[in-house]
Amino acid sequence: MEVTQIQQETLKEIARDLRLDILDMTTKAESGHPSSSFSAVEILTALYFAGQLRYRPDDPWWPARDRFIMSKGHAAPLLYAVLARAGYFDRQLLWELRKIDSPVQGHPIQGLLPGVEATTGSLGQGLSIGLGHVLGGRLNHLDYHVYVLLGDGECEAGQIWEAAMAAAHFKADRLIAILDYNKYQETGPISREMALEPLVSKWESFGWQVFEVDGHDMREIIQALQAARAAANQPAIIIAHTIKGKGVSFIEADFTFHGRALNPEQAVKAREEILCK
Amino acid sequence: MQVGAKAGLSLGKPMRDVFGKALLAVCKDNPKVVVLDGDLSNSTKTDHVRHKFPERFFNIGIAESNLVGVGAGLAACDLIPWITSFSSFLLCNAYDQIRLAVALSNINAKILGSHGGITLGKDGPTQMGIEDLALMGGLPTMVILVPSDAASMRAAVRAATDHVGPVFLRSSRVPMPQIYSEEATPFEIGEANLVRQGTDVTIIACGLMVGMALDAAAALAEGGLQARVVDMHTIRPMDIKTIKSAAQETGAIVTAEEHLLQGGMGANIARLVAEHHPVPMRFVGLADEFPESADPEDLLKKYHLTSNDILKAAREVIAAKNR
Repeated sequence: MEVTQIQQETLKEIARDLRLDILDMTTKAESGHPSSSFSAVEILTALYFAGQLRYRPDDPWWPARDRFIMSKGHAAPLLYAVLARAGYFDRQLLWELRKIDSPVQGHPIQGLLPGVEATTGSLGQGLSIGLGHVLGGRLNHLDYHVYVLLGDGECEAGQIWEAAMAAAHFKADRLIAILDYNKYQETGPISREMALEPLVSKWESFGWQVFEVDGHDMREIIQALQAARAAANQPAIIIAHTIKGKGVSFIEADFTFHGRALNPEQAVKAREEILCK
Repeated sequence: MQVGAKAGLSLGKPMRDVFGKALLAVCKDNPKVVVLDGDLSNSTKTDHVRHKFPERFFNIGIAESNLVGVGAGLAACDLIPWITSFSSFLLCNAYDQIRLAVALSNINAKILGSHGGITLGKDGPTQMGIEDLALMGGLPTMVILVPSDAASMRAAVRAATDHVGPVFLRSSRVPMPQIYSEEATPFEIGEANLVRQGTDVTIIACGLMVGMALDAAAALAEGGLQARVVDMHTIRPMDIKTIKSAAQETGAIVTAEEHLLQGGMGANIARLVAEHHPVPMRFVGLADEFPESADPEDLLKKYHLTSNDILKAAREVIAAKNR
């Protein structure tokens, strides 16, 4: 499927609105991870709003649905903004992020909101859960795909590589990981804190088909998703090169925004920048 | 002397074999049951399922974190995963995964921790699950089951599979004395079994220590003292009613478990007794030290987990009550 110019423009508008929602949610909550959410906006926009994910908001646990698992749970604001926009729940809930008695928890909790497939926030766990969904699909004779969004720092966790080895062993070709490779973890640049490279050959050597894309180019992301679904007998990973804080220049320039919301003045400036793009 | 002999009980089959057969039986009855293994199927005896239902059996390898995560994914597909390994390996390697993906998510997954306690013996403390009940105690949604004989193991596997929600089942390598008859094995999650009537003291035990408690009760009876014995097969939710009536009606309680005293069954019972009806208590269990490799019987003696230890504790607590 080729993405038309008009679709591209619509998707860009959705991405812009999602960034505004993330900004408002985290600013209101006075906490959260806006920069880790911003880097994956185009990835989720392509999945949910360009026909790449099979889902039914009015029947959220439809057994044949495609699964999306947000393994980098700190990007919860992005997940919530996407799910609300897709129609899983009332948008007003977004402003209850991190408030008492709210299902919109700081990190996603399975069972509290429709569309939230897994409890994540302790990093490294989502890929294993995704593999379980793939094996379950096989037993239940359902042909859905399972998409798992990984953080780059998260790939330092041993469990990721346990799951990577097992997914190849079980020939889990319905499992598609997407790596939000924004090059920063909490305390600094990945390359300085814990060398992850060479990532492509690591995943290849674990038996995965690897694609690399510009993680802010939705046309590229969609093409990679289509190619990943075509991979037979092996799982696939799309390494999406992204920019942490994408869309707001002063967040892009300062990795210490990880785990930090913007204050109201910064939020005004950020909003202007997002709207200009 | 053999556990249960003093009480006139015969020894059953090793608990791991009983578990393996019981798991096979629920797999036959319920097509939704799937079994995940951490490359120990010949020790945990899940290999029965491996041979009979290969399509529903997954060896995830020596990777407990992934083992639990994959199980959580399967549970989300309306299947009933039994996630199996040694108690110590599962809990100590994959506690975070059990905490988030199973307990906090409150999914319908079952966890078998085999080789609980010290009676696995010669393989030593690296393999012993002496803290599993305490660790599982830290997970608010987790039902915790410790069967005390073959019949109750079979009933527990069935009850755990039928229960909707996370369950931890502790098993052992060794045989346990036959306490229940197969036809009449009461096993309701959260309802302790009264296995011996008595009014002078109550011994509340779980697992292997139930047989030991019955031995101790038989010895007490020779001196004219009647001990009540309670099989606390469910550590959570704990049967408060049975504990309360034990305190009220016998006025003295001994607890016995093959587990650390720190954070174990006895500590939880003590909290409830203190709150509802304080009476003198004594605790049989592992003190704060790591055990060692040895023959199970030598270990039980050295680490004070015998019917004699229970007997001594019972005499002490009865004396304290009469003071």
